[in-house]
Amino acid sequence: MTVTIDSETERWLARIAEAATPAGVEAIRVEALGKSGAITQQLKQLGKMSPEERQTAGAALNRMRQTVQDALGERKGALEAAELDAKLAAEAVDVTLPVDHGRTGTIHPVSQAMDELAEIFADLGFKVATGPEIEDDWHNFTALNIPAHHPARAMHDTFYFPKVEGDPGSEAGAGAPKLLRTHTSPVQIRTMTTEAPPIRIIAPGRVYRSDSDATHTPMFHQVEGLVIDKGITMGHLKWTLETFVKAYFETDDVALRFRPSYFPFTEPSAEVDVRCAWENGQLVIRSDGDDWLEILGSGMVNRRVIEMCGLDADEWQGFAFGAGIDRLAMLKYGMTDLRPFFEGDGRWSAHYGFSPFSVPTLSGGVGA
Amino acid sequence: MKFTLSWLKDHLDTDAPLDRIVEMLTAIGLEVEGVHNPADTLAPFRIAEVLTAEPHPDADKLRVLSVDTGSGAPMQVVCGAPNARAGMKGVFAAEGSYVPGTGITLKPTKIRGVASNGMMVSERELELSEDHDGIIDLDAGAPVGEAYAAWAGLDDPVIEVGITPNRQDCLSVHGIARDLAAAGLGTLKAGTVEMQDGSFPCPVDIRTEDEEGCPAFFGRVMRSVTNGPSPAWMQRRLRAIGLRPISALVDITNYITFDRGRPLHVYDLAKLEGGLTARKARAGESVEALNGKTYALEPFMTVIADDARVHDIGGIMGGEDSSVTETTTDILIECAYFDPVSIAKTGRALNLNSDARARFERGVDPGFLHGGMALATQMIGEICGGEASRVVHAGHAPEDRRLVSYDPALCASLSGVDIPAAEQARILSRLGFEVEEAATWQVAVPTWRRDVDGAPDLVEEVVRIHGFDKIPSTPLPRAEGVARPTATPAQMTERRVRRAMAARGLDEVITYAFISDAEAAPFGGAAHRLDNPISSDLVAMKPSALPSLLSAAQRNLDRGAGSARLFEIARRYLADGERPVLGFVLAGLASEKDWRRGGERGFDLFDAKAEIMAALDAAGAPIDKVQVQRTETEWYHPGRSARVMLGPKTCLAEFGELHPRVAAALGLSGRVGAGELFLDALPPSKAKRSRPAFTPPPLQAVTRDFAFLVDPDTVTANLVRACAGADKKAITGARLFDYFSGKGVPEGKVSVAVRVTMQPAEKSFTDEEIAALGEKVVAAAEKAVDAQLR
Repeated sequence: MTVTIDSETERWLARIAEAATPAGVEAIRVEALGKSGAITQQLKQLGKMSPEERQTAGAALNRMRQTVQDALGERKGALEAAELDAKLAAEAVDVTLPVDHGRTGTIHPVSQAMDELAEIFADLGFKVATGPEIEDDWHNFTALNIPAHHPARAMHDTFYFPKVEGDPGSEAGAGAPKLLRTHTSPVQIRTMTTEAPPIRIIAPGRVYRSDSDATHTPMFHQVEGLVIDKGITMGHLKWTLETFVKAYFETDDVALRFRPSYFPFTEPSAEVDVRCAWENGQLVIRSDGDDWLEILGSGMVNRRVIEMCGLDADEWQGFAFGAGIDRLAMLKYGMTDLRPFFEGDGRWSAHYGFSPFSVPTLSGGVGA
Repeated sequence: MKFTLSWLKDHLDTDAPLDRIVEMLTAIGLEVEGVHNPADTLAPFRIAEVLTAEPHPDADKLRVLSVDTGSGAPMQVVCGAPNARAGMKGVFAAEGSYVPGTGITLKPTKIRGVASNGMMVSERELELSEDHDGIIDLDAGAPVGEAYAAWAGLDDPVIEVGITPNRQDCLSVHGIARDLAAAGLGTLKAGTVEMQDGSFPCPVDIRTEDEEGCPAFFGRVMRSVTNGPSPAWMQRRLRAIGLRPISALVDITNYITFDRGRPLHVYDLAKLEGGLTARKARAGESVEALNGKTYALEPFMTVIADDARVHDIGGIMGGEDSSVTETTTDILIECAYFDPVSIAKTGRALNLNSDARARFERGVDPGFLHGGMALATQMIGEICGGEASRVVHAGHAPEDRRLVSYDPALCASLSGVDIPAAEQARILSRLGFEVEEAATWQVAVPTWRRDVDGAPDLVEEVVRIHGFDKIPSTPLPRAEGVARPTATPAQMTERRVRRAMAARGLDEVITYAFISDAEAAPFGGAAHRLDNPISSDLVAMKPSALPSLLSAAQRNLDRGAGSARLFEIARRYLADGERPVLGFVLAGLASEKDWRRGGERGFDLFDAKAEIMAALDAAGAPIDKVQVQRTETEWYHPGRSARVMLGPKTCLAEFGELHPRVAAALGLSGRVGAGELFLDALPPSKAKRSRPAFTPPPLQAVTRDFAFLVDPDTVTANLVRACAGADKKAITGARLFDYFSGKGVPEGKVSVAVRVTMQPAEKSFTDEEIAALGEKVVAAAEKAVDAQLR
């Protein structure tokens, strides 16, 4: 009996091994283990046997059933896997075919620099203030201690609008023409005349001068800074600008030079140069450079300006500074020409623009 | 302002080397813009003697020279100069020398077959003057073989400093020397000259009738002067600072202008008729100035005129008619004080710059009229000879004795650097201030420091000389804890919108705020036009963000870009003010030919709508509450443009396809998408930090599709809104997914398919419930737009 069963098992296994498709395996399963399958039928005979016979024959039959069942499952699995492999192989494509993943656009370097400035100065408690670009004479000049016919006015190359007779908006005199602001300094005046000190603001924005050549465009960007408080000195100005320059250029390897200068709205006044060096045709900020580059104008706010804004100059004093944002961006990001900033050339944007996801943060580094 | 080192040392007794002087000038606020030593470029040029000069065998005008250069055998040089002759001494340039006036580096050559090694040079070839009539002809005593530049006194560095507008006193070598002396770099030489009494009364009647424009007019006559060339040392200095020597009399006045910041004028007495008067110009008067141009004068301008005509645009430029020439023998010297404001106005109106104007408009030293006249008299006497008359003094220079009350403690409280009072007093007095030390100092301001009128000015003087580098860097006090937010909601909105647009694939650009009238015209024209534009292309303040963006897009497409998707956050300059705006344009191809998506496609209205809705979403606008309506804005396609309204009055945005006429006018073809989001119209955000409680529903949402037939002019948005609102509780969304007419759709109808999402709350919907909701949707659609279920 056992011998018979063993040889029968071998026969089933041989047939299973020969099955070429999952359907073939299934057919054998039905033949062997189906409701009326050969092995099923043999198992049904067990009930008619004596307990002794059943013990031996039952064990052998069940072993055969198990062995055949396992072999069926294994063969079926192997054949299905092979079939899937063949199907997948047939589905292969050229993975190097291009897809359009949707180009991300760009942020203009001036906007990026403005966000960097806002971030740095936010840490020092400076708010961002704005003002009109079409300004009146009083805010752009007179209140900044630049009276009519002051030679400093000639340095400003101002764009004017036609004279409007009796225009009440012009406090420099009835009908004085409006102008395009030549600097962001009028925002100082607008802030001091509307907000109570202490004041800490930066005012980035567009400014205009009638000047156009290789290094000047008639529109450009400045950032103004203003601190009005008690007990503010030029020492605070120095620290603030040193701190700013280090943060903006993301290096402690910075040497600044404060050079006495003249602005009608500050006194004392200083221009600020940063040590730099030329490396491979690019200016690099480094404290052991062999050249100086002027990057900021600054000074202690002139008493007259404070008084003109209606504040008590014996109680409040402070400092102001201004810098060209376009130039700061050029210096940090290596542009050599200012003019393409305003031409909207997509190729320039692709090269110099910033990802919208490079949001300047203090924790991530303001340098995008 | 340029000067030479030797000129400076006429006023400053110092041992300081050049680099120390340069460093100090910048440190005290006289920024050095350049240092140049002419001797550096002249180093190769040596004094040489022409031994023989023979005619060239093949050229009439050339000679073959044998030149002793002081080293080795004589050199053979072919020379075309008419003055080349045996025995003369000149300047030799050897092979390999770079000749600055010609830009050529010398090589051995043959001229008409004769070898020539090096050359004998003219003054023009060394850029010493315009003289090119012959080679340089030196004194017989010139030492052969020595460096020419050093022997000729040209080894004198030229220093150029930038003078800020407040420091007229440093538009003079003397003033610069004073500042350096105050900073400890030597001792200022007095430089005062005794006034020479005249030997006869001034024969010219000198008056000022314009005491405002010309409060003081001093004059004197000098007779029997000789106006030849000025001395070599003076010519050298004038040339070194970029002035062309003209004649002794002119050169002397120019020299004093730079030496002492004191402009003067000299008239040829023979060319004057009657007295000289400072007065306002009369209507219709004009004068030919020394620059050869004729200027029409206006009645606010101060002039100097004789009985017949105007001779001088007072304080700016003299007239050609009465200018001195080589034959001049009798002169009148004018030393006047002109009002700075008047000079500035006149100079600006005439667009005429001069060294005199630069000084008068900043305010010359009113205390140096006598001094200037004395110096001029002395120098003219020494150089040109002659006999001086007595001086006529018409008017008075403004009395300007300013006293400033000064507390030396202000220095520390303003600058942050504590400088001992004694040191402060020392610095001030070296600068010419007279300090009366008391509890509060009384400081008398010198006449030449018109800029100083308050205590902070004195702090500036003290600290500038003491050294800005000594100001201690002092941390700005800061609030405790983490930095607080500083940006306003509007600023945050702007930042979000900007980055959202870039994230969607648009490039941010920045364009000029001014455009041409032609660009502004299709957008309603400019409300503000510049009076003095740089060019007619940059005259009109843009009334919309679009024109300059469209021009930028057009430039990109013209350069071959497939598409231009540009945006800008700018301002619109309208009659009632400037308003912040986001503008964008979509030009060229929305998508190029693609192996997956097929053919290329241009932009249309709905591309523009996608951008504007995304921008509004990023801006935090309530986009589920806005209404999109047709707009009649003239620069858009009348049937393919819209505005986005919030309530009946607030227009948040406009978008659409550009009107083809406008696109064509700006050089664009095809459909161009554009839009503007009016940032100032956005409602303040109502979002609260804390959100209402919310748990995602555990049961799956159910969707059902509905197809309706509607009339073609139906506002489809109303249909979708009606579907969404058919059951406020169960229906959570409705989305249009198909919209078509034509085959299978009855004539004159449009098929609109909407997928409605229904969200069960506690238990799943029964079939009956879903059917009931469907009926509500159909009823609402019919009620809203007369839609019929297909």
